[in-house]
Amino acid sequence: MAPHPASENSGIWKLIFGRLDWSALPLHEPIVVGTFAMVALGGLAVFGLITRYRLWGYLWTEWFTTVDHKRIGIMYMILGLVMFVRGFADAVMMRIQQAMAFNGSEGYLNAHHYDQIFTAHGVIMIFFVAMPMITGIMNYIVPLQIGARDVSFPFLNNFSFWMTTSGAVIVMMSLFVGEFARSGWLAYPPLTGIAYSPGVGVDYYIWALQIAGVGTLLSGVNLIATIVKMRAPGMTMMKLPIFVWTSLLANVLIVAAFPVLTAVLALLSLDRYVGTAFFTNDFGGNPMMYVNLIWIWGHPEVYILILPLFGVFSEVVSTFCSKRLFGYSSMVYATVVIAILSYLVWLHHFFTMGSGASVNSFFGITTMVISIPTGAKLFNWLFTMYRGRIRFELPMMWTVAFMLTFTIGGMTGVLLAVPPADFVLHNSLFLIAHFHNVIIGGVLFGMFAAINYWWPKAFGFKLDRTWGVRSFWLWVVGFWFAFMPLYILGLMGVTRRLRVFDDPSLQIWFIIAAFGAFLIACGIACMFIQFGVSIWKRNELRDTTGDPWNGRTLEWSTSSPPPDYNFAFTPVIHDNDAWADMKKRGYQRPTGGFEPIHMPSNTGTGIILAGLATAFGVAMIWYIWWLAGLSFFGLLAVAIGHTFNYKRDFHIPRDVVERTEGERTRLLAAQG
Amino acid sequence: MATASPIDPAFLDQDGNPLFHLDHEPHHPEGSSTALGFWIYLMSDCLIFACLFATYGVLGGNYAAGPGPRDLFDLPLVALNTAMLLFSSITYGFAMLAMEKNRAGATQGWLAITGLFGLAFLSIELYEFSHLIHEGATPMRSGFLSAFFTLVGTHGLHVTFGCIWLVTLMVQIARKGLIPANQRRLMCLSMFWHFLDVVWIGVFTFVYLMGMLR
Amino acid sequence: MSAHDQGHHDMHGHHEDGQDHGSFGSYMIGFILSVILTAIPFWLVMTGYFASPQTTAIVILGFAIVQIVVHMIYFLHMNTRSQGGWSMMALIFTLILVVITLSGSMWVMYHLNTNMMPGMTHDMSQMP
Repeated sequence: MAPHPASENSGIWKLIFGRLDWSALPLHEPIVVGTFAMVALGGLAVFGLITRYRLWGYLWTEWFTTVDHKRIGIMYMILGLVMFVRGFADAVMMRIQQAMAFNGSEGYLNAHHYDQIFTAHGVIMIFFVAMPMITGIMNYIVPLQIGARDVSFPFLNNFSFWMTTSGAVIVMMSLFVGEFARSGWLAYPPLTGIAYSPGVGVDYYIWALQIAGVGTLLSGVNLIATIVKMRAPGMTMMKLPIFVWTSLLANVLIVAAFPVLTAVLALLSLDRYVGTAFFTNDFGGNPMMYVNLIWIWGHPEVYILILPLFGVFSEVVSTFCSKRLFGYSSMVYATVVIAILSYLVWLHHFFTMGSGASVNSFFGITTMVISIPTGAKLFNWLFTMYRGRIRFELPMMWTVAFMLTFTIGGMTGVLLAVPPADFVLHNSLFLIAHFHNVIIGGVLFGMFAAINYWWPKAFGFKLDRTWGVRSFWLWVVGFWFAFMPLYILGLMGVTRRLRVFDDPSLQIWFIIAAFGAFLIACGIACMFIQFGVSIWKRNELRDTTGDPWNGRTLEWSTSSPPPDYNFAFTPVIHDNDAWADMKKRGYQRPTGGFEPIHMPSNTGTGIILAGLATAFGVAMIWYIWWLAGLSFFGLLAVAIGHTFNYKRDFHIPRDVVERTEGERTRLLAAQG
Repeated sequence: MATASPIDPAFLDQDGNPLFHLDHEPHHPEGSSTALGFWIYLMSDCLIFACLFATYGVLGGNYAAGPGPRDLFDLPLVALNTAMLLFSSITYGFAMLAMEKNRAGATQGWLAITGLFGLAFLSIELYEFSHLIHEGATPMRSGFLSAFFTLVGTHGLHVTFGCIWLVTLMVQIARKGLIPANQRRLMCLSMFWHFLDVVWIGVFTFVYLMGMLR
Repeated sequence: MSAHDQGHHDMHGHHEDGQDHGSFGSYMIGFILSVILTAIPFWLVMTGYFASPQTTAIVILGFAIVQIVVHMIYFLHMNTRSQGGWSMMALIFTLILVVITLSGSMWVMYHLNTNMMPGMTHDMSQMP
């Protein structure tokens, strides 16, 4: 943002609005104005529909204030999907720009806009797509798989969700009010110092991540406590479903890594707001310390993203091959080793920054070592499939696609782990291709497997197969078209984040990549059509058994969708794959003797706190100090006020449980 | 059935058949996860401090031609401050012992004393900071001072929140007595308070004492 | 990680997790030990007991570690039984990460500084 004439932004205006004024609206950017018009119209339509059908009360009491882990999980998934559309729109814009900007053409995005787009794409995809989605899946599935009624701290769960949403709201706001950071997704100083980025972009970045980070950290604490404390009787650690194991370790990494992000962003904020000298070039600051610290968070972060999906693939493989997972304990140990090693490799993100041979070789070797447990996992999946009766349902298809894609991505990662090779490939499109290869091939494919696998559990009907298969092939083929050219370009020396190109011979590769992005766009469209068609045809796709895939873990033992209390009776576990074991031992579902069930009550405190946090973030971004102070004390007051509420639970009466379970008995009997 | 593992005898019914569910709700003691959850939160807080220590370790020698630790630190004052925190730790311990004996009045008394020690600690720290700033050793002066103020200040901020929490708890005990929920909260604050003490050991050793050796 | 089967068998009231709340005696032992372990390092530095700063630094770091252990045992009541061993495991894991973060950062940054800014640390003190 250009500095404004003092007269326009002074006195009383400045006192009330800080540095916010009319010039903050990007009216000179037709693309942004168009987007705004669309978002505003869409928003108004949704708002109007909700009002027309009088859904606000329902949404508030049943969803916004809910402490039910299942509903919170679904809300996380919706947040992730909405933000995914935004992040993908950014990706398509970049692909078009890079395919166009040759032979003297400047493309259609100016530098100011383009730089915001690549920053926003990275930030959104990692923090507001991948993180909410894995948190959502873990939230939904983990308590069901361990036979619990909810998480350990249900209120905190609701609060965590709304804090994550608050961060997403702040990022989205930057699109229409002011600007986003133009610094790349990790916002390295000194570029992001106040001297070189005086605008609001970096502040948007900082506060969005800080506020969402609170949510992420608390949900990490919550899920660890849940897994440790709330397991059903008999479920020892070595009888945990593998998805719960990987979730546990992902959450351990969250709790261990996110404080580092919080700390380093706090230091950057101090540099920007107070004028300290942590990451400045003068007064004894050291920008490299930021790079060092943020990668201590950043590397575990990629394992936070992938570990739960490793769990998903394990569950899917064993279910659709109708076999126990091959090498359960080796899978557990491999996950533990990956979790620990992920802390010892961070420097491979900045081999080229001069730490010298001894340091680089240490981190190069630790990085390569990680491929060993990861390889072990891959072989476990293959051996599970070997001689299994494989059913190629959608989740299994995504899993096979993952195994092929992720292995290639992993191997290019090992290439990058060699410091001398990294000196050639650092910050090139090869790197971009590598991490998209593992994140799309691992995290996204895993997410799609998980959505297709657990959708029937969450909603009581399967997803439509035809549109799912279309989405699958478009995605997989689109992925190869979009990212293989980037490997080639990277080897030719093209660096990341470029807006225009001189060498016309490169253009063809960018056009191929853009074509790939187009295929992926069609794949995404097919996925949303798949959701729509499935909802439309939900009666045909209905599953009344609660166990549509002949599943093996506890979540399939209850109805779909599960009742509020998950299980009428706390299950007792004798073996791994508890539900498969129960089916084998001739388990009979109890139809009587129900008791009232103790459950946590809903509360609006979470959403109120998150609203105040949003106000605080916006106030800090725009230097609206009175609002910052007010909202901060508001946060404190509401939080303290909440602790005076001792009545946080209720009992679901016996007759409600009886009615719900009776309905399920009837349904099960009806389908024979 | 060949692969089925043997069943824990605790989970068999009278006829020796495996149980698949509990007939009655297991009695989860209210808030049984709280202590562990709070401990995990403290561990994450510990890593925030680790980052600040690391930053101080890296930037602590960058004086930018400004004052260094020897020019600034006043060890007797730091020793006094340390004493305040140590006293507050033992008095908090006494509060917990009184709580164990279910003596609400004594608990409140010891909590009040703990809070006063906490306030004394904060006052001394603020006095030290204002003195430094008055001398021109502001957080903006050098990388060393930025790291120093942030590390020590973050600890002080934690103590401040601890004091606010302590007052809140005293009000809650006055209203509800030593009910289990309040006992649990006292235990969490106890962990928080002693944890801050542990961090302070790191601060006075790594920042103040080792600073004087530079 | 060993297979713990805890949390669900022990469902009786408060002290179920082997949580130890300490006694007057244990608090006093902890307090006295802390006073001693605090006083000695201060005294060492204030009097300059050891001629070499390195020796002093190592000794006071040793005292700090011992004092942290004392606080963990007598004030935070850490033991291998509390929470079925989970809090101890969390603590050990955290300590490993703290060591990695601290020593790793300092190691990396030391090498960066020597390689990329030779003589810089020296020059800094000469800066106007």
